Amino acid sequence: MPRINSQEVREIAALARLRLEEAEITRLTHELDDILGYIETVKGVDTASVLPMTHAVPFDCPMRPDEPGQSLTLNEALQNAPRRRENMFEVPRIVPGTGGA
Amino acid sequence: MAPEVRGASLVALAEGVAAKKWKSRDLVEAYLDRIARLDKKIGSFLLVDGEGARRAADAIDKKIVAGEAVGQLGGVPIGLKDIYVTRGLETTAGSKILKGFIPPYESTASARLAAAGAIRLGKLNMDEFAMGSSNENSAFGPVHNPWDLERVPGGSSGGSAAAVAASLCAGTLGTDTGGSIRQPASLCGVVGVKPTYGRVSRYGVIAFASSLDHPGPFGRTVEDAAALLEVIAGHDPMDSTSIPQPAGRYRQASKAGLTGLRLGVPKEYFQSGMDPEVEAAVRKALDELGRAGATLVPVSLPHTQYAIATYYLICMAEASSNLARYDGVRYGHRTAEAGSLEELYAKTRGEGFGAEPKRRIVLGTYVLRAGYYEAYYGKALRVRRLIANDFAAAFAQCDVLVTPTSPTPAFKLGERAADPLQMYLADIYTVAPPLAGVPALSQCCGFTKSGLPIGLQTIGPTLGEETVFRLAGAYEARTQWHQRLPEDPS
Amino acid sequence: MSGDKYEAVIGLEVHVQLATHTKIFSISSAAFGGEPNAHTDPVCLGLPGALPVLNREAVDAAVRLGLAVGSHVRPRCRFARKHYFYPDLPKGFQISQYDEPLCEGGAVTFRLDGEVRQIRLTRIHMEDDAGKNIHDASGVSFVDYNRAGVPLCEIVSEPDLRSADEAAEYLRAIRTLVRYLGISDGNMEEGSLRCDANVSIRPRGESKLGTKAELKNINSFKNVRDAIEHEIARQKVLLGRGERVVQETRLWDPDRGISASMRSKEEAHDYRYFPEPDLPPVVVDEAWLLRAGAALPELPEARHARFLGLGLSAQDAQVLVAERPIGDYFDQALAAAPAHPKKIANWLINEVLGRVDDARKLMDQDVPVPPAALAELVELVEKGTLSGKLGKEVFGRMWQQRRRAGDIVAAESVSLVSDTSVIEAACQRVVERSPDEAARFRGGNVKLMGFFVGNVMKETGGKANPKIVDEILRKLLG
Repeated sequence: MPRINSQEVREIAALARLRLEEAEITRLTHELDDILGYIETVKGVDTASVLPMTHAVPFDCPMRPDEPGQSLTLNEALQNAPRRRENMFEVPRIVPGTGGA
Repeated sequence: MAPEVRGASLVALAEGVAAKKWKSRDLVEAYLDRIARLDKKIGSFLLVDGEGARRAADAIDKKIVAGEAVGQLGGVPIGLKDIYVTRGLETTAGSKILKGFIPPYESTASARLAAAGAIRLGKLNMDEFAMGSSNENSAFGPVHNPWDLERVPGGSSGGSAAAVAASLCAGTLGTDTGGSIRQPASLCGVVGVKPTYGRVSRYGVIAFASSLDHPGPFGRTVEDAAALLEVIAGHDPMDSTSIPQPAGRYRQASKAGLTGLRLGVPKEYFQSGMDPEVEAAVRKALDELGRAGATLVPVSLPHTQYAIATYYLICMAEASSNLARYDGVRYGHRTAEAGSLEELYAKTRGEGFGAEPKRRIVLGTYVLRAGYYEAYYGKALRVRRLIANDFAAAFAQCDVLVTPTSPTPAFKLGERAADPLQMYLADIYTVAPPLAGVPALSQCCGFTKSGLPIGLQTIGPTLGEETVFRLAGAYEARTQWHQRLPEDPS
Repeated sequence: MSGDKYEAVIGLEVHVQLATHTKIFSISSAAFGGEPNAHTDPVCLGLPGALPVLNREAVDAAVRLGLAVGSHVRPRCRFARKHYFYPDLPKGFQISQYDEPLCEGGAVTFRLDGEVRQIRLTRIHMEDDAGKNIHDASGVSFVDYNRAGVPLCEIVSEPDLRSADEAAEYLRAIRTLVRYLGISDGNMEEGSLRCDANVSIRPRGESKLGTKAELKNINSFKNVRDAIEHEIARQKVLLGRGERVVQETRLWDPDRGISASMRSKEEAHDYRYFPEPDLPPVVVDEAWLLRAGAALPELPEARHARFLGLGLSAQDAQVLVAERPIGDYFDQALAAAPAHPKKIANWLINEVLGRVDDARKLMDQDVPVPPAALAELVELVEKGTLSGKLGKEVFGRMWQQRRRAGDIVAAESVSLVSDTSVIEAACQRVVERSPDEAARFRGGNVKLMGFFVGNVMKETGGKANPKIVDEILRKLLG
């Protein structure tokens, strides 16, 4: 019984905004099934009393004073934009209310 | 007068510049000449900044003449894995999606190298977004192992390892997430160091898996690597996971000798699956270290068998998140035609990412989905702690651990490309230290009959870099492996 | 509503932009406006390799907010990545908080029609704001990242609100509170205060929650009220027809006064939260809490209660607590004239507030009539040196000429005549001129006192001290 099928791969790719060719989907489905099968070995470890380790450093989050530093210049901010108009980044038309949080 | 840079150590070259034995400019020309002649065959550089290097070298030479201080690495040509962002110099992370990206800022580590007088020759090839163990995942072509051009240099810092092995620069920086410094160091017969997590700032190092990414150096010798690490290590307020303590005295440690060190030999790292020539070389190295005055202690890291699964779960989840920003809006590749936002994203990312990032994005997205988190990512974080606890327990019994770096020497280009899982499984000896965040170093401990280098890995406790350098330096002092050089390709 | 079969159950998610100098995770300016993309840096643009560094002031502001509403402030909280794709979101994720937010519990207290209401909070967490998408008629859109990375606090309420009016009032109370704390300007037009609403209805007496709809784009008090009222009505119609309410996100269209479905539960985002690896856990220790607690100002509700205790009407108290500088002004004036709280309130509300365009500037250095000056005027009126009418005149000149009341009175002899002999002579003249009225007054028509006083005032050009006039007239007519 496969752990993942091509439909799921399609859904996940959509969630990750990744267009995949049919051939890629087929190949990925097999590969991911293999990898997931292997990865499931961790499920056998007893971690009932173990806290997750999210960071490899033992200290708390440092904080900085609220002091302004050097901003990028407009040119620096926009020089890499594939498309821009004046000082803004250009994107295809956003239909208000179609996305965002 | 230019020295012979082939096989030269970075420390010796820096001393020569400081002592006016040669000029920085001479070193730069010598390396640029080698790159021009040899790198077509090796492919380690993605970008050579000859002009910038000459300018910087001349500035150093002027200072020397004027009697001004030039820094510890004054005048020495180095290379940067193309994952370090460099102000004004294209930075791609080996990916088509960043083709043409000119950063308006500089990574902390490369800025520190420059401040210490090092000369940046260019940017080095790598697996796309540091995802890979063979450098075959670079969007800009593979890197060939200087010891055998038909073989891989390892990855993901393949260009960084090969450039040092082929004497195309005096030292390099790479990054290590699951072995990406140590494994190519092993396969190319050079020294590679993955320091403690947070020891070297990640600011300006393009993220693959943030909680596992470790910037670090490559050197021809242990002292070279120590000299580079001394410069790039230390607290950086721009990285919230940067360790506050000042950097250690790694060069000094590399010459301090290993008397009294207890070497832990983890039994899980000497089990089946290892190439017999690798095992023989590593066991010989252990004997050598014993004779040198170290005590060998058998230890156990009982959760080793879960390290690869844990590592891949965490790195894929974090990678899927870190790669979300590549959307064709602010920088990098953007699809030519997009009628809608959805299309802009999906096409840009579908075109821009290679197979390995896609694989990891999909898997990482899969394991982070609502309802799957606890079973996969959450579970991996718990097992990660158990793995870190294993190391802590082992270091209660010994000062450093000694293991092989890679179960095999360099393999042939294309040999493993078809089976990602098999490729992942070869990371068996390198994935656990980054999970625990502990420092580790790989150095050459012999060659196969066919002349391929074999790597020895030394693992220390958190912030135990000095101990690691003590052992590695002492081993190097008693052996000649590091002096062997690959033939220049013709 | 009382005869209504259904009751509304409303919860609000309020976003407050914190008024820090710099962004929550980077060093560029957090100021509103500016040339598009002029307030950016590698971190807030999501450039590769850039890393977040937390702004202590943003955390402190959130801590103060938490303490002000009585939340439990976690000694260790965490940031988490919340993923979705949108052009205004530069990293492909927002750095927010998930299962370990900074603040949990607490309540916002305010008055609705004089009645104290307490709305419980689920949590308050910190996050970075998104940039701004700009829509254009040309068929493409644009993005400005100046706002990206501005610190936000999200205040999530329990579903304790029961009407659109109450929701609007709750939002107003939050605005007042954050302004009191000085952590935000709470400006809905500029987006420093934003709000989403979860609305459901259920039969009265039912304790189970109905299916909710989430309303977005309700960024004014009017929109909040209108959109919620519309949503309640919409759901009643659905249930009335025997249909179901679907769980969905709906976008309010203020121009048309209707909402439209934006996405259903099935299309809902899968945010793929996980702990932010670039930021270790955030620790707020006891010392920090004590420091922040000690620095809290008197809060609106406490102040309201204190003002009622001074004998002010609920209406006046409401006005005085609406902005912190109004109450501060009142308190300073009161300190100089402690006997007259009600009078000070009247003068402040009727004269001072009418003359300032923004009550938040009331405590600025250059306000023409500072609190002590108002107090002096009130004292002069209450002592009888000035009549109310004269007092208003004097106030006008104080405001215009930035002079103290005492100076005006001394320099221009505008004070009331209190010299008994002068007043007595005037009274005598008036009584002698009006024998009929005097007889009727003596005969019991006490209302005629007004007639006599008025005439004496006319006689003295309005400057006679009315108290003394009253006394003398009573003697003469007694």
